[in-house]
Amino acid sequence: MSEHTSPNSRDAVIRCDSVYKIFGDNAKKMLQDSQGAVDAATFEKAGCIVGVNNATFEVYEGELLIVMGLSGSGKSTLLRCISRLTDATAGRIDIEGQDILSMNNRQLINLRRSKMGMVFQSFALLPHKTVLENIAFPLQVKGISTKDSIERAQEMINLVSLSGRENYFPRQLSGGQQQRVGIARSLAIEPDIWFLDEPFSALDPLIRKEMQDEFLRLQGVLGKTILFVTHDFDEALRLADRIAIMKDGIIEQLDTPANIVMNPATEYVRKFTEEVPREKVLTVESIMDPPDTNSLNQDIRIPKNAVLENVAESILSANAAVAVVDENNNIVGSVGAPKIVQVLFGNRASNEGGVST
Amino acid sequence: MIETFRNNKLLQFIVLIAVFLALCYLITPADGNYFWRLPPLLKGLPLAINNGVDFLMFDWWLIDVYDPDIEEFEKKPLMKEITRAIGGFVLFLIEFVREILLGGVKTIVTFTSWDWATANPWARWPGLPWTVVAGGAAILGYALSGVRLALFVFAACVYIAVFGQWEPSMQTLSFVLIAAPVSVLLGLLFGVWAFKSKRVEAILNPLLNVAQIMPHFSYLIPVMVFFGIGDHAGAIATIIFATPPMVRLTLLGLRKVPAEVTEAGLMTGCSRGQLLRKVQIPSARRDILIGVNQVIMQCLAMVVIASLIGAKGLGNDLLIALNRLRIGLALEIGVCIVLIAIVLDRLSLAWANKQTDYFADQSFTQRHKFSLMFLVVFVVGVVLAYLGRFVFPEGFNYLYLIPHNKGITTEQFWQSGVDWVWETFFYSLKGFNEWFIVDVLIPIKTAFLNMPVAATFTLAMGAGFIVGGIRSALIVGGFLLFIALTEWWDRALITSYLMTIAVLISGTIGIIVGTICAQHSASSRFILTVCDTFQTFPSFIYLIPVMMLFGVTDTSVLIAIVVYATIPATRYTVEGLRSVPEALQDAVSMSGVNRVQRYFSLELPMSFPHIALGINQTVVFALSMVIIGALIGTDDLGQLILKSLSERTGVGNGMMLGLCVAFIGLAIDQILRTWANQRKKALDLP
Repeated sequence: MSEHTSPNSRDAVIRCDSVYKIFGDNAKKMLQDSQGAVDAATFEKAGCIVGVNNATFEVYEGELLIVMGLSGSGKSTLLRCISRLTDATAGRIDIEGQDILSMNNRQLINLRRSKMGMVFQSFALLPHKTVLENIAFPLQVKGISTKDSIERAQEMINLVSLSGRENYFPRQLSGGQQQRVGIARSLAIEPDIWFLDEPFSALDPLIRKEMQDEFLRLQGVLGKTILFVTHDFDEALRLADRIAIMKDGIIEQLDTPANIVMNPATEYVRKFTEEVPREKVLTVESIMDPPDTNSLNQDIRIPKNAVLENVAESILSANAAVAVVDENNNIVGSVGAPKIVQVLFGNRASNEGGVST
Repeated sequence: MIETFRNNKLLQFIVLIAVFLALCYLITPADGNYFWRLPPLLKGLPLAINNGVDFLMFDWWLIDVYDPDIEEFEKKPLMKEITRAIGGFVLFLIEFVREILLGGVKTIVTFTSWDWATANPWARWPGLPWTVVAGGAAILGYALSGVRLALFVFAACVYIAVFGQWEPSMQTLSFVLIAAPVSVLLGLLFGVWAFKSKRVEAILNPLLNVAQIMPHFSYLIPVMVFFGIGDHAGAIATIIFATPPMVRLTLLGLRKVPAEVTEAGLMTGCSRGQLLRKVQIPSARRDILIGVNQVIMQCLAMVVIASLIGAKGLGNDLLIALNRLRIGLALEIGVCIVLIAIVLDRLSLAWANKQTDYFADQSFTQRHKFSLMFLVVFVVGVVLAYLGRFVFPEGFNYLYLIPHNKGITTEQFWQSGVDWVWETFFYSLKGFNEWFIVDVLIPIKTAFLNMPVAATFTLAMGAGFIVGGIRSALIVGGFLLFIALTEWWDRALITSYLMTIAVLISGTIGIIVGTICAQHSASSRFILTVCDTFQTFPSFIYLIPVMMLFGVTDTSVLIAIVVYATIPATRYTVEGLRSVPEALQDAVSMSGVNRVQRYFSLELPMSFPHIALGINQTVVFALSMVIIGALIGTDDLGQLILKSLSERTGVGNGMMLGLCVAFIGLAIDQILRTWANQRKKALDLP
C-alpha cells in the first residue's frame, strides 16, 4: 500500500489508525496474540472471519474517497466501523479529532444527529412513512418541531427533484426515486460527513448513470467530506478524488484514479486497471512532460485537469507538443502526440508479440 | 441394499407401517401388559398440583393487611392479595367501559361507597343511548377510513340494536375493549423483550408453543382458582389466551426488519427507544397488525368460552340458546359476535394505516370536524332518547335502548327452516348420520382404541426418526410418554381419532380446493378473502349450523371441525402454489410438460413445505375444535376438561388434561415442521 501524503495541508476529517474488525467469539484475544500480523487463513481455521485488516488512512475535508472492492472484501465493514454501526475490534478512529470508539452512546447519538448522513444500498426507507415524512425523520428525531422539519424536508425534496411526490409511499416510487429520497434524508440535517454504501448498485445502468451525474452535481454544490463504498470500478474512477482498493480486508492501494491506473501497486489492482479506458480516467496533468519552451505549440492551451478523452483530438492533430496550463493560464507542462499514443495504447498485455519492431 | 434403504424414505415408511401392524396384531390386550397400556404413574400429579396451588393461594407468604371492617391488621396470603388486586382492577376497567355504554352505578361506588350511592339516587351514570354509540362508531369509521367503513359500522350497530342484542353486545364489547388492548400491549412487550434478549426468547419459545396449542378450557380452571368467577376472570383468561400469538408475530416482524433500515435509524441518531418506537416497530407493522387481528379474533372466540367462568354478554346467551337447542336465536347472537369481530378488525386496521396531511391549511371547523360531528350526534341522540320517553309510554324507550326481548327476531323463521329441513330430509339425514356413525366412525374409533401403546410409540417415534433423526424421535416419544403415563390414554386416543379423521378430510379438501383456486389470480384472491372471512368467525359459530342438521352427535362435531380446519389447509395451499416463481414455471413449461405434469413435477414439490405448514395449522385448528366439541357432547379429553371445570380438585386435572392435548399437537408439530424445514433447505427456499 502506498504511503499517501496530502497534496495540500487540508485537515483530516476522518482518520483511521490500524483499524481491525474481526468477527468471531475470541476475536479480541486472537488479535492480541497475533500482535497485528493478521493472516486470514489462520483466523478462519479458529472460527474467526477477518473483515478489516489493519486499515490506516485519512479522509480530508471536502474530499470524496471511494472504497472499492468486490463482495466480501470488507469495504462495507470498514464503512460501518467508521460510522460505528459495528465496533472495531482494535485500532483508533478519529472523526474531526474525536475518538469515536471511546464515545458513549449519548455522544455517539449527538455526533450522528449533527454531523453524519448515510445512504444505503437498498435505500432503507421507512415503509410506513411518506417521502416527506422519511426526509423529515432525522430532523424530528433531533427534536425539531413538525412544522420546521416539514419545511426543511420540502427544501430537500426540491433539491433532489422529487417535487410533487411528497405524499407518495416508498413502495410507490421507482428505485432511482427511492434513492433520491434516501439521499435527501441523509442530507436533511446538513451533515459534514456523508457515508454512501453502494448507493447506486441496486439501480439499472441508465438510472445509475443519471444518479451519478446528480450526485456529482450535488457534491459540486455541497462539498461534503465523503466516504463512498462501491464494487464498481468504473463508478469509482468516474467519481472519486481518491480510491482505496480493498481485498480480503486489506487496503491494497489508496491513490488518485490516475495513479492507480498508471501505477497499480499490486497484481490484484493491475487486473482491475487492465480493461479501463484510460482516456476516460487520466488527466493531462498526470501524463504531461515538463514544459519544453523551444518546440512548444503555445497556440493550443489545454487545462491541466482536463480528461484525455476530451482533449486527445486537439493534441493529436497539432503539429507539435501543446502547452498545458493551470487555472491561472500559466504554462506548467507540455504534452505531445507520441505521449498520448504511448499512454493510451502502449504497455498492454495484448500488444506483446503483436508488432515486431 | 442397505444404502438404498437408507436413502429411500418411502421404503422406510412402508417398513415402519408393517412393523406397526405386526405389533398391533401380536400384543394382546391385558391389564398387566405394559406393551398394551403403560401404568398410570402420573396419577398422583393432579393432586400434587392441586395442593401446590392451594398452598400458593392460602398459606404461602402471609402478610399483614389492614381490614377496615374490623379495624385491625390481619394475616393474609400474599398471592391471594395480589390476584385479588389484579382481578379488582380489571373488573373496574370493564365496568367503567360498560357503564359508559350502558349506564350503571358501580364506577361511582368504587370511588365512594354503596351506602353513599344508595343515599344519593341521582348519582347514577346514565349510559349512552344506542343511537349515540352507533353514530359515534360510524364517525370513527369515517375518520379512520371513509364512508364505506362508516356505513358498514353503522349498519352493524343498527342490526345489533334492532335485533334486541344491544345490552349483551355492549357487555361483550366492554370486555373485549379491555382484553384486546391489554393482550396487544403485553404481546408487544414480551415480543420486544424476546427480540432484545436471546435468553428471554429461549425461555418464552417453549412456553408459547404449549400455550398456543393448549385448549381454551384448560386456561379457565387455573384462572378460576386464582381470580374467582366473573367478567374479570373471563377477561384474564382471554388475555392469557390471546397474548401468545401477539408475542410470536411481534418477534417475527421485528426479526424481518431489514438490517439496513435499522442502521438507517441508528445513523439518523435515534436513541434506543426512538429506534424501537419509530423505526423497528412501524417497519414490522405488517406482522404486528396480523397479531392485532389475531388478538381480536381470539378475544371473540373466547367470548363464548369465558362465559363458562362468568363473563356476561353474548357468549353466555349463545351458550344458553345452544343448550336449549334454540338454533334461530343462537344464529342471531352468532351474527352479532361475528359483526363485532369484523367491525373491530376493520377499525384497528384502518387506524394503523391512517395518514397525516401536513399541507392542508385548515380552519378550526375543519380541524375539529370529527369532534364536532360527534357532538352533533351526541346532542341529537340524547334529545331523541328524551323525546322517546313520551313517544313510547309503555316503559320501553326504543330510542334509548331496545330491550332484550323487544327487538325484531327471525328466530321463528330459522326455527321453521330447521323444522322444514328436519321434516323434508329427516330420513336421508338420519340415514346418513346413522350410517356414518355406525359404519365409519365407530370402526375407526375401535381401531384407535385397540392400538397397543407399544405400537403407537413405534409408529410415532419411527416417523419422527425417519423425518428428523434421533432428536425428533426422542421429542415425539417424550410427549407421548407423558400422555401414556396419565390415566387418560384412552381418552387421548379418542381425541386423536376425531382429529385424525378431520385432518385427513380437511387436508384433502383444502389441497384440492386450494389447487383449483390457485390456477387463476382472480380465484386465488377470492378464496383467500373467503378464508379471511371465515377465520374471523369464532370457532364456536361453526357448531350452530351443523347442530341444525345433525343434532348432538359425533357427526356434528366432526363436520364443524372439518369446516373450521379446512381454512388453513386451503389458504396455505393457495399461498404456496402462488409463490412458485414464474421463471421456474416458464422454464418447466418450455420443456414441454402439460398442465398436470407441471403441477406434479414442479408446483407441488416446490410448495410442499408451505402446504406442510398448512397441514400443521390444520392439526392445531382441528384439535382446538375437537375440544370445543365437548360442549355439545363427546367423550374425549375435552369432555374431561369441561367436567373438571366444575370439580373441587379441577386445577390439577384440567392442567394435566390440557397438557395432554397440547402434547398431541406438539408431537405432530415436531414431525411436520422438521419435515417442512428440511424440504425448504433442500429446495433453497426462504
